Amino acid sequence: MAERKVAWKARKDNTLIGQDIPRLDGVDKASGSAKYAADINTAGTLYARLLTFKGGAAVIKALDVAAAEKTPGVRAVHVFNGVDKEVRWDGTIVAAVAADTPEQAEDGVRAIKVTYEAKPHFVDEEDLPGAAKAKRTKPLGDNQKGDVAAALKAAKHVHKGYYGVATISHMCLEPHGSHCEWEGKDKLNVHLSTQNVSGTGGQFAGPLGLDASNVSITCNYIGGGFGSKFAADQWGVVCAQLAKKAGKPVRLMLDRATELKIGGTRPSGFAEVTIAADADGNITVWDSHHWGTSGIAGSTIALSQTPYCFDGIPNRNRKATGISTNCGPNRAWRAPPHPQLCAITDTVVDDLAAKMGADSYDIFMKNLDKTPKPDVYAEEMKIGAKLIDWKAKWHAHGKGGKGPVKRGLGMAIHRWGGRAGATTCTVKIHPDGAVETFLGSQDLGTGTRTVIAITLAETFGLGVRDVKVNIGNNSYPKANPSGGSITVGGVSGPLRRAGLEALWKIYDLVAAKYKVKADSLSAKGGKILSAGKTVCSWKQACGLLGPMPLEVQGQGPKNDGLTSQGVAGVQMADVSVDTETGIVRINKLVAVQDCGLIIDELTARSQVSGGLIMGIAYALSEERIMDNRTGRFINADLENYKLPRIGDIGELVVEMYQPDSEYERGVVGLGEPPVISTGAAISNAVANATGVRVPVLPLTPQRVVEALKGGQA
Amino acid sequence: MRDRDDQDRSGPGFSRRDFLRGSAAAATATAMATQGTEETAAANVKANVFAAAAQNVTLNVNGKDHTVKVEPRVTLLHVLRNDLNLTGCKEVDERSADGADTVMIDGKAVLAGSRLAIECEGKKILTVESLRSGEKVDEVISGFVKHDAMQCGFCTPGFVVATRVFLNKNPKASLAEIRKGLGGNICRCGTYQGITQCALELAKGGK
Amino acid sequence: MRPFEYARPQSEGEALDLLNDHDANTAILAGGTDLISLLQEDLQVPQRVVDIKNVDSMQAITADGTGVIVGALTTLEDIAEHPMLADYRSLLDVVDGTRSIQVQSMGTLGGDLCHLPNCWYFRNGYGLLGLEDGESLVASGDNRYHAVLGNQGPAKFVSASRFAPALIAWGAEVRVIGPEPTADEWLPLEQFFVTPKVQSQGISVLEPGQMISHVRLPDAQALVSSTYEVLQLEGLDWPLASAAATLDLDGGVVREARIVMGHVAPTPWTAHEAGQSLVGLPVDEETAGRAGEIAVAEATPLSGNAYKVQLARTAVKRALLGAVDKLEGAL
Repeated sequence: MAERKVAWKARKDNTLIGQDIPRLDGVDKASGSAKYAADINTAGTLYARLLTFKGGAAVIKALDVAAAEKTPGVRAVHVFNGVDKEVRWDGTIVAAVAADTPEQAEDGVRAIKVTYEAKPHFVDEEDLPGAAKAKRTKPLGDNQKGDVAAALKAAKHVHKGYYGVATISHMCLEPHGSHCEWEGKDKLNVHLSTQNVSGTGGQFAGPLGLDASNVSITCNYIGGGFGSKFAADQWGVVCAQLAKKAGKPVRLMLDRATELKIGGTRPSGFAEVTIAADADGNITVWDSHHWGTSGIAGSTIALSQTPYCFDGIPNRNRKATGISTNCGPNRAWRAPPHPQLCAITDTVVDDLAAKMGADSYDIFMKNLDKTPKPDVYAEEMKIGAKLIDWKAKWHAHGKGGKGPVKRGLGMAIHRWGGRAGATTCTVKIHPDGAVETFLGSQDLGTGTRTVIAITLAETFGLGVRDVKVNIGNNSYPKANPSGGSITVGGVSGPLRRAGLEALWKIYDLVAAKYKVKADSLSAKGGKILSAGKTVCSWKQACGLLGPMPLEVQGQGPKNDGLTSQGVAGVQMADVSVDTETGIVRINKLVAVQDCGLIIDELTARSQVSGGLIMGIAYALSEERIMDNRTGRFINADLENYKLPRIGDIGELVVEMYQPDSEYERGVVGLGEPPVISTGAAISNAVANATGVRVPVLPLTPQRVVEALKGGQA
Repeated sequence: MRDRDDQDRSGPGFSRRDFLRGSAAAATATAMATQGTEETAAANVKANVFAAAAQNVTLNVNGKDHTVKVEPRVTLLHVLRNDLNLTGCKEVDERSADGADTVMIDGKAVLAGSRLAIECEGKKILTVESLRSGEKVDEVISGFVKHDAMQCGFCTPGFVVATRVFLNKNPKASLAEIRKGLGGNICRCGTYQGITQCALELAKGGK
Repeated sequence: MRPFEYARPQSEGEALDLLNDHDANTAILAGGTDLISLLQEDLQVPQRVVDIKNVDSMQAITADGTGVIVGALTTLEDIAEHPMLADYRSLLDVVDGTRSIQVQSMGTLGGDLCHLPNCWYFRNGYGLLGLEDGESLVASGDNRYHAVLGNQGPAKFVSASRFAPALIAWGAEVRVIGPEPTADEWLPLEQFFVTPKVQSQGISVLEPGQMISHVRLPDAQALVSSTYEVLQLEGLDWPLASAAATLDLDGGVVREARIVMGHVAPTPWTAHEAGQSLVGLPVDEETAGRAGEIAVAEATPLSGNAYKVQLARTAVKRALLGAVDKLEGAL
């Protein structure tokens, strides 16, 4: 018998993989039937509300919850931070109240008496001298490669500039939170809004003194995470404590302002950069100092990947300074910290091109030899240029038209890993032909549930709906947390392995029963075929299992070629800038993205267009705004924390880069990459349109108008 | 430092009265508090006044009357989600700037978080759940699925209702009209492309 | 929200009666797009909420021979669709700029005129003037969205009303009723708004127990108008600056021009001299541009909002050009 080898089918043999397949839970989501943690209403559920600190920093001098406990409807009060505790950023939770109705919980919160003693705070993350004066800075590394001074002397073109990107919040539409219900004294059932179904049970068990085996975590749907929902969080544990105290289930979700303030932020980065090139435009020098904040911990974006993607620049100085601010702490934000790195690297490269009077496309192309994947970038750039009509539309920087509205083009490049995460799955085939799988994974909206079904359906020659997908519970085999684009590879590898193992067992049974060679068999269209001819139906084949179902475990990752890692991507932007109002509108964005073997092209494209739109958000409108005097995050509501609306996206063109060489690489994750270079591409397009670099993202009317007043690129 | 929470959350607060006439109200706050009970009792004699206490409110939701016992301060959104378990409408922002709480009231797109439940007595309220009956779904729902106009899905029901109402009113809407009409809803995952395609396809269908 | 009574009057008189109980510590509920969030944040703490949506007399749009009387409960959607308002283009421009079918269905004209500022210091609990320990947080803090005109006193927020500039440029009057059930008075809308010196003054002349019942627009005749709002987002968003213009033209030459800016000062800001500068001239890029310059000549930007001066100047220019259908090349 021929060797049975784990592999994906030949590309041409797929009937489902690589097609546009609508997500399996689409109707449930669109019709409101899908239940999120925020929607769980078991009988007697209480509602929690939070008392939060509103200021920069303080010590709690007095806290009296007696009146809250006596408030009608209030069943339990929990103090997060009591007397003498220091609260160090706006939005810090002081206490939580659980009551029969949300309104009564609010009454309880109002009844809490708290006295603070103010402490000095510092929140101006862009102000490096101010931070130094306030003793809030710390060095985060400084290293050299080559000889920058000598190379600068030898360089033909030198550009020096200031760049930056503001802090943003994850701003999940479903706030962080959970619904906790005790079953007796020792068993806790948690509906948690989480990216980490398999890994959060212990985080409840430890502080609550439970056996981890007695904590059930369920998350069938999650309303956004973007890297901010890996943990049980203190408020999750407190939800369980309130439920225990009250003897009733409790739902505790952060309110919007608190979600914005403490639910996770992406660190800011501001940089002074010198770049230089030889007469041909080969970049020879990078010299940067960047700073920013991640909150009180005082970190900023990583030094080690500066300059972004162009690792091969021969002469390089780089230095980073962290600023400790009284601001809500950072969490991983989609592709940490690539978007910021890209925004302070590819803008600099573009300004160098402008200084040279060169076409930005040519300068990027010329310097691809300094990147990890020059060939892929080059191909993707050519495709992108066609899609955006670069050659016809390109003009020199600042020649964007005569009227007040200027038009321009910009581009940027990015990379990501996307290796497979560690996941185990169980595949179960019932004697009646029913197929189901169990894994403690989660579908963040990326389409994981659908990818799982497609993988098994393709393997067994069934329809997508013939596979029952059981995810979202920690009693299932453990799956990787969904972060870092490791999930699609994480789940599809083990499923394919387990699926093939199960299929081969069924082939052996069919071979014995029908007297055909096992290695002549294939599964297609609900049938088992031998050399193209029907042997039996899938149901008949499964009937050969006898009374017991067949159960196979799949593991991953493995080095068997099902998955790999490493993507490059190119994005191009065509924008218009109203120079009289500073308003920037997107005409068109093009994303060319590789990601190995694509399982569901429809949801893959959605990931990319979604990345572009999140990119438009941080490029043009969203930012955390801190008030220096009060220390407060003053735009923590959705009227003032500005996110793009449906009219703000222009035309989005998503091109999945899919030569056979990509298919042969196996599955690579896609979640992070498409959000990375959008900001830099848009900023470059604005610079091309106006001839002026607007240094800091987002490019609000204020920043654009001020930069145009300054007048210099 | 002043105690911000104390000022925000307790005491007489920042009433319309303070706002309009100044210190007089604040000075008499204590007196008012004691008067409150008597006054409330007196006020209840007036027609069309409902006390600041839980009372029966009957709402016609998805074609059925439901009577719930709630205070006047309870929003329609809370009644739908917490009392009637119709959780398709979502609570996203206290300022209701996001549209995830969109429901239909007498055929209009309304933010359930900006309506008191008691205000909605006698109105025909339809939630997103009314657009599905078993496997049978409104074409807006199937269009959202076809165009993958969703990711995490949390904003999706609100967008579906807004799109349904928008298309009822603008059955042949252009791209520009769609972009303006649906500007009251926020998606964080970035699904606007699919929503636009869905709405455009249904509008071209000329329904 | 704190507990409150709820009242559902059927007439103006009944509404006023109900508003004046509890020493007039009451709140008016119409579309709910502002009040509910004020209640959620404890920014208003009324003892009674008076829901006026069932007062029929305030719903209607009628003509009285000298103009159009618009009920305060008229929604944005009604404004856009009513044939009697079709000639008041500057009002339709505002509806068009409010890119949310929800707000268009719910929001009312009266609610827009009484909408409290979006100032983040106010919304975060520092009062209408944004004070802490008697000092202006606005002046020392982040004032990117604040006033560039009329901001020398303690009030530095910007008027939130999107319709007021257009209405004032049309010479609209407003009918204020109460506090006595029979009291009513028409006054020019321009006189309705006040710049408070102390928080208790509020944003308008309304006293406790009073409300707006109607707005009267003079006959549109052959006048032309336009509103230009500078909107950062294409969707629901607050204008960064706006301007409305109503022009009386005689063969393409301006006989009279009324220009009012929005979102630049604590009240709608009438630019008299800018309007006068156009008299006897055609409206074109040059004259409109100059009117824009004049409109902002007295601007006193705060530490971080000088850019708004340019936005206001541009809004004026574009509103004028829009009124004569000469606006092109704007985003």
